[in-house]
Amino acid sequence: MSAVQEVVTEAPVIDAVPKRAMTLGYGTSLIVLALLVLAPIFVKNFIIFQMTMLLIYALAVMALNILTGSSGQFSLGQSAFYAVGAYSSAIMMEHANINYALTLPISGLICFAFGYLFGKPALRLSGVYLALATFALATAMPQLLKLNVFEPWTGGVQGLVVDKPDAPFGLPMSQDMWLYYFTLAVSVAIYIFSVNLLKSRSGRAFMAIRDNEIAASAMGIDVARYKTLAFGVSAGITGVAGALGAIAVQFVAPDSYTITLAISLFLGMVVGGVGWLPGSIVGSAFIIFVPNIAEGISKGLSGAVFGVLLFLVIFLMPHGARQMAMLGQHWIGKLRK
Amino acid sequence: MELLTNQILAGIATGAIYACMALAVVMIYQAIDHLNFAQGEMAMFSTFMAWQMMQWGLNYWEAFVLTVVISFAGGILIERLLFKPLAKAPILTNVAGFIALFAIVNSCAGLIWDFTIKQFPTPFGSSPFLGSQLISTHQAGMIGVTLGLLLLLFFFFRFTRIGLAMRAAAALPESARLVGINTSWMIALGWGMAAAIGSIAGMLIAPVVFLEPNMMGGVLIYGFAAAVLGGLTSPFGAVVGGFLVGIFENLAGTYIPGVGNELKLPIALALIIIVLVVKPAGLFGRPIVKRV
Repeated sequence: MSAVQEVVTEAPVIDAVPKRAMTLGYGTSLIVLALLVLAPIFVKNFIIFQMTMLLIYALAVMALNILTGSSGQFSLGQSAFYAVGAYSSAIMMEHANINYALTLPISGLICFAFGYLFGKPALRLSGVYLALATFALATAMPQLLKLNVFEPWTGGVQGLVVDKPDAPFGLPMSQDMWLYYFTLAVSVAIYIFSVNLLKSRSGRAFMAIRDNEIAASAMGIDVARYKTLAFGVSAGITGVAGALGAIAVQFVAPDSYTITLAISLFLGMVVGGVGWLPGSIVGSAFIIFVPNIAEGISKGLSGAVFGVLLFLVIFLMPHGARQMAMLGQHWIGKLRK
Repeated sequence: MELLTNQILAGIATGAIYACMALAVVMIYQAIDHLNFAQGEMAMFSTFMAWQMMQWGLNYWEAFVLTVVISFAGGILIERLLFKPLAKAPILTNVAGFIALFAIVNSCAGLIWDFTIKQFPTPFGSSPFLGSQLISTHQAGMIGVTLGLLLLLFFFFRFTRIGLAMRAAAALPESARLVGINTSWMIALGWGMAAAIGSIAGMLIAPVVFLEPNMMGGVLIYGFAAAVLGGLTSPFGAVVGGFLVGIFENLAGTYIPGVGNELKLPIALALIIIVLVVKPAGLFGRPIVKRV
């Protein structure tokens, strides 16, 4: 019996997550949102900056989650899309004097097109092969950005410096705080878009492809179209995150967007729970804060401490923060009874 | 023409490194069905152990044999301690585990042996091989050892009971268990063998790239690429893939203008992807047929 099943199911790479379980309920969402809105009032500017980065990486992790968690395609190339977004935005601001807020959707569209086109040849690949292809993209990107041909726009190895925007309408806010609220607004909008996308026909098509490609195509889903669409959407969101990142850090340089970034985003997705969108912010917190904590525990062995902490997390919660959330929900349900 | 043959020879010489690593990659892929990102770091750690033993006064071959044995045991230990508990976890969680192992091994090696470059001896000498300036006797020896290993592995998987059991456990774990194969130990054995082959690869590579904790970073990427190009199911393909990647890389660096050292890697990878798009299971891999 079990041997037969083995053949039939052919071990899907990502466990199936039902679409209702991919998001938070309204009540919980509102509590989280309230916390995110109120938190910066009580903390220092540097912490506000870190929170901004937290949201930005959460967006990038969520983009990967849409690609891997819902459509089942694995990518180690997210840093390339992030870089394209950051550079598009920086170039538009520096060379064309376009308002920073306007550059975001343009960067998103550029990355969407880039991801969509990359998704075309990637259709033939899956699993490790797709991982290698995306990995190649990630390693090539910093080198491409350094090319002499593009130097007049990209600034070559030196990169570009971006101005931090002031709060508009004379609002009494520091630049950091304004940027935080700006990022928060963008993030919430994209989160709502993503949740709705996954609830829509397209989202269901993604999940059907993830769970069984052959069965999905037998049900009339255009597999190629939805797989490339997932790549495009994921790249687009990553691009917006990259653009926000460029504005927040005020600097873009080729070596900020190496494969290390792509690996971090991947770890963030695993820690947050593959296929659970709200987990992205937990994963993002892990990749921002845990390396610092590791450094604090031991300077020489920071890599080892980071590795041990990562092992602890995946031993305790192999399904990431999603598992914890479900456990919590289970206990609350019991208490109510 | 002279330039072309020279570049191909040089490519074969570097390709031997990749072939060696690719063999270890395929080995573990056979056993556990994923790519182990920490493989290169494990090999680097083994090489450092060999170096340390030589510092303590053992001769090359004593250190070599001891290192291979210790690495084999170490590979099994890592599997039992760290990855057996994750056997039921999702694959992506396992991949995160490999990344964690990578960080731990790299950082520990850095602390124990620091980041200065060390010389590693070679048993083959480093004079020119058959009068060619491009291939040294060490590189020729390396090619010889790689081919020898390949042959041994072929016989092991083809003609021994335990080799057959390992293949069965990797291909269809459920069915293998039903016919009485201890699949869990087969995976551990696969880790052990991969670690041992990795240590041999490390000791052969170290005289060329020099010994330091980050020596395997680049090599492992090429090793993966070679293994994927040759087909992850075929040790023979991995070795051929290794040589091809070496040659690709050298020719791209020489003939495509404006490439230089920086863009060699992306171009080699791009070529591999083109090959994969045409032949998705790699050059020598068996295509996996899915049944619904």
